[in-house]
Amino acid sequence: MVSETNNATLVYERPESLTEMPTFYCPGCTHGTAHRLVAEVLDEMGIRETTIGVAPVGCSVFAYNYFNHDYVEAAHGRAPAMATGIKRVLPKKMVYTYQGDGDLASIGMGEIMHAAARGENITVIYLNNAIYGMTGGQMSPTTLPNMKTTSTPLGRDVEVAGYPIRMAEIISNLDAVSYVVRRSLHNPANIRKTKKAVKTAFQTQASGMGFSMVEILSSCPTNWKLSPSKSLEFIEEQMIPVYPIADFKVNPEIKNIKG
Amino acid sequence: MPAKGWIEVNEKYCKGCELCIPACPQDVLAIDQQTITSKGYHPVNLTGPGCTGCAICAVVCPDAALTVYREAKVKKTQSVASPA
Repeated sequence: MVSETNNATLVYERPESLTEMPTFYCPGCTHGTAHRLVAEVLDEMGIRETTIGVAPVGCSVFAYNYFNHDYVEAAHGRAPAMATGIKRVLPKKMVYTYQGDGDLASIGMGEIMHAAARGENITVIYLNNAIYGMTGGQMSPTTLPNMKTTSTPLGRDVEVAGYPIRMAEIISNLDAVSYVVRRSLHNPANIRKTKKAVKTAFQTQASGMGFSMVEILSSCPTNWKLSPSKSLEFIEEQMIPVYPIADFKVNPEIKNIKG
Repeated sequence: MPAKGWIEVNEKYCKGCELCIPACPQDVLAIDQQTITSKGYHPVNLTGPGCTGCAICAVVCPDAALTVYREAKVKKTQSVASPA
């Protein structure tokens, strides 16, 4: 990306894979960061024009407005099923879904489990912010124990509402998946690691090795009722102990495609 | 001597979330209270010299609002070896 113009070196500019449209996300929401990382990876791999994204329902429902490549909108939770169909019909296209925890881990649980179990050659970008952001901050399947939401005003009572679902761990136990990792967006170092993981996930798909998923811990300043900076601290102090950052399944052959 | 750099803030995208301000290692970013963007936010801006063009602000920016430049003299793109 580094290029020279008139004695000035361009170090960073807005990726080409993002459109000129400003996002509707709240200030400080790391959805935008995740969008940017996906766009940067598509730019670096030079696959913007051969990529098809599948948008979910949730805050990122308008993802098709923000990405400068082909996009389709799926019914709530059904993005992996739709991606399966697209990838099978157009196997040379890069197909990925971009989903949140309310979409993927709740209503879309059936679709994601079976797409992963079949080892579909798709990539799933899964943002986990432990809350339903779009509808006003209700408890989601990944809400932390004792975390206050609008539907659990006294905190999530695990006796009544159960425990958080760790999707990356669950998916990684399926035989057919190739690459399942969890990353976070709470500081620059982890943002860079997330970008690397997103790239590896796309490379996994490009070399036909099957299902890849990156779970990304994300913030929701508005519904967590914290400032954007405090939200990042919340990820680090509260979410990471419950959702550890780790590589849960990495096909040994992935080492060979890197480089 | 540290590298010299500067950033350009695109006010169309900046929402004044302030994530870049604590992330800046040189501490040269602040909210510009005198400016209001078309969406009604106070955007971030450079407060003075000291920017090295490290682009950490751009790494944390959720809205890809920042463009980062560095003086070409310091950071060369290709290894154009100068004759000794």
